[in-house]
Amino acid sequence: MDERISRHVSRRNLIAKSLAAVAGVSGLAASGKIAEKFGLAPPDHGVLYGLGETLTYASHRLLGSGALAREFSRSEISKTPFANETSPPSEDFKRLQAAGFSDWKLEIDGLVSNRAALSLSDVKILPRRSQITQVACEEGWSYIAEWIGTPLSEVLRAAGIKSNARYVVYRSMDREWWDSVDMADALHPQTLVTYAMNDGDLPVGFGGPLRLRVPRQLGYKSVKYITHLTVTDDLKRFGKGLGSAAPEGGYAWYAGI
Amino acid sequence: MATSTWTGDAAESPAPAAPRHAATVRVTHWITTLCFLALLVTGIEILISHPRFYWGETGNVTMKPLFSFPIPSSRSTVPTGYKYVLPDQNGWSRYLHFEAAWIAVLTGLVYAIFGVFTGHWRRNLLPAGAEWTWASLWDRKSTDAYNPLQRVSYVLVIFGLFPLMIWTGLAMSPGFVAAFPIAVTSLGGQQSARTIHFFATVALTAFLLVHVVMVCVTGFKTRMRAMITGGRG
Repeated sequence: MDERISRHVSRRNLIAKSLAAVAGVSGLAASGKIAEKFGLAPPDHGVLYGLGETLTYASHRLLGSGALAREFSRSEISKTPFANETSPPSEDFKRLQAAGFSDWKLEIDGLVSNRAALSLSDVKILPRRSQITQVACEEGWSYIAEWIGTPLSEVLRAAGIKSNARYVVYRSMDREWWDSVDMADALHPQTLVTYAMNDGDLPVGFGGPLRLRVPRQLGYKSVKYITHLTVTDDLKRFGKGLGSAAPEGGYAWYAGI
Repeated sequence: MATSTWTGDAAESPAPAAPRHAATVRVTHWITTLCFLALLVTGIEILISHPRFYWGETGNVTMKPLFSFPIPSSRSTVPTGYKYVLPDQNGWSRYLHFEAAWIAVLTGLVYAIFGVFTGHWRRNLLPAGAEWTWASLWDRKSTDAYNPLQRVSYVLVIFGLFPLMIWTGLAMSPGFVAAFPIAVTSLGGQQSARTIHFFATVALTAFLLVHVVMVCVTGFKTRMRAMITGGRG
């Protein structure tokens, strides 16, 4: 074969392969659209680099949304858990804390039959569950603790969620920190409205008096000081429409990585 | 072993029929390169938010680290000895880290299918017994076949370090280990996985440096042309 022809053929071959690669990348982009259609796209899938998160979220949901987070034995509980820093408490928070949180309210609204505002003692009447799970921070550190509370599913059942519910938005006394989970996580048996930790009440540093524990995701999904649950079918109406405060600050909504 | 064409004397050597590297190898090589660099840079950014390593299941600033880096951190909660805190770059770094990881894994899948079904792995990577001679280790002349030392390095990277990176990465994912707990329990815990992930990065980076040095030493232009156009000139 003439060398020039050989080079020509090799170049054509390369162009064909390059086109195949471009098609592959477009295919990936199209998979984002498909994921969205089947409810497998996270609310922030459209951000720069949102494709990786979409693939992770979709594959986790397809792998099995009922899988349980790892639970540990009592001897594995960390002797020195780390609370991490939080925003300084607001005047409202200090006032509630001074009264022993007796006036703390957890409001539930949105796609529910019975809107409600539960006090801590109302929450404690609901079925009590405990779990020994790990908190893993996106920074890389972790600890294991026992978390005691009532499953979010029990709170939602009491409120009577409607059939078109798709997400539960949870808001906090810390206005900067709000988030949401899909129904797979909201109804998951380990997603706990937590009021106690290890041997006592949930300390303020760890989110007391109420923290939503989502053990299959990183620590930042477990919002401290929760005051408000909203059941919804559309996250676009909340904040910038990305599902939580995390993507507004540059972090992924889905933190199951 | 094929005859050497490394002198690039086109007038004397007949035009070769096949490119030096198959197009699939070239395309997957460069996608992997881009992904690796993205993973390395974003990985360092994530590391800076907690430059301490532990062994076992848990680890945090209240616990004694296995080792730590004497560098400033992007978090004020980490005791570093520095009076300043670096800017937080974890948000985009994490998004890009996992996106690059996905693209690298999918690219690796294409490469693996190619490697198995075209005989590329058997022919070019797996060392043949007869080639194990001391002289062959230092054979720098041939551009066509890898010497045993090269083969062993590539085999360790492709079948050892890359799978270990994926495994230790997934072992840190709370969502993944909920479905497949053995991915992390087999490593002795999530913090062990993070530490192994770090050492595998060090090994891969060392490989990259040696790889680039070898490319320069044995003829940068020829090697680059071989991996870009497949040409042998």
